[in-house]
Amino acid sequence: MGLIKSMKDEDFGDNESLELLKKSGGNVFLTSIDSILNWGLSNSIWPLTFATSCCGIEMMAAGASRHDFARFGIEVYRASPRQADVIVVAGTIVHKMVPVLKRLYDQMPDPKYVIAMGACAVSGGPFFYNSYSVVRGVDHVIPVDVYIPGCPPRPEALLYGVMQLQRKIKGDTIFGKDEQTDRLL
Amino acid sequence: MLNRQELTDIIRAFEPETEFPEGTQLLEAIVPAEKLFALVEKLTSDTKTAFNYLISLTAVDFTTHMTVVYHLDSTEFRHLIVLKSLLSDRENPKTDSLTALYATAEFFEREVFDLFGIRFNNHPNLKRLFLEDDYGYPLRKDFRDEVNIIER
Repeated sequence: MGLIKSMKDEDFGDNESLELLKKSGGNVFLTSIDSILNWGLSNSIWPLTFATSCCGIEMMAAGASRHDFARFGIEVYRASPRQADVIVVAGTIVHKMVPVLKRLYDQMPDPKYVIAMGACAVSGGPFFYNSYSVVRGVDHVIPVDVYIPGCPPRPEALLYGVMQLQRKIKGDTIFGKDEQTDRLL
Repeated sequence: MLNRQELTDIIRAFEPETEFPEGTQLLEAIVPAEKLFALVEKLTSDTKTAFNYLISLTAVDFTTHMTVVYHLDSTEFRHLIVLKSLLSDRENPKTDSLTALYATAEFFEREVFDLFGIRFNNHPNLKRLFLEDDYGYPLRKDFRDEVNIIER
């Protein structure tokens, strides 16, 4: 491994992306391209300015000076989905919001990633029962890469989620896409 | 700024049928629905009270009746009251609109109509604010939706 110099492997344990990383190790030339490409991609993830409720406040706190997730390369909030790499779904998604969210996701250029932040985006959270308006999990609408539980999660949790996403990106390969999770709906 | 007792006396003078529940944080007045518009009109125009700001207009479904709740504030004197108007006809509730007195009431009342189905007389544009026309009134206690609601 050794691709992620700032993070030790034992900090994360095993997951699927690690397996993919091992599998793609057959071709020295391609893995070199992959590692350079993924190094660039994973260290400059630009999030979309998209927050629908209180998780958005925690996301702002994570971006502000105390927690400062620019340290990890998830750098600058883009106001346009066409410039964004990751959409952090920070908050409750109601049925009326679904077309907007889907459209924003469709407008983002590939490669694109989704972080479901907070209980509402993961499963509907406190609105799971007896709600007429809330979507029970944003994965009903768009494919999710990283789930961050919490109500709302602390900025540290978002940081950890972002690092997991970076790790996932570093496990990607430009060839053999069929071995990866199919991101298209 | 008028204190609680002064406000109580003024409202009672304007509308003798008003009830004042005790032990509330803010001054509350329960007004008959048909007398509400006249009372608010007096409270707005009177120079001593000058309630010129409608902070909030919402409703509660008590299953036996509907209650419309108004929060009135005076930006001049800084006093605040809560008016409650009981609508006994829960299935087909109707009350007078405050749009003639407060422009902001237009959207508050559209929202209350959207979610509770309370109709406001003399409202200039009473149509649904968020939901589709055939949706039903989701904040009523007897609202049921087999598809979207997981009951518990």
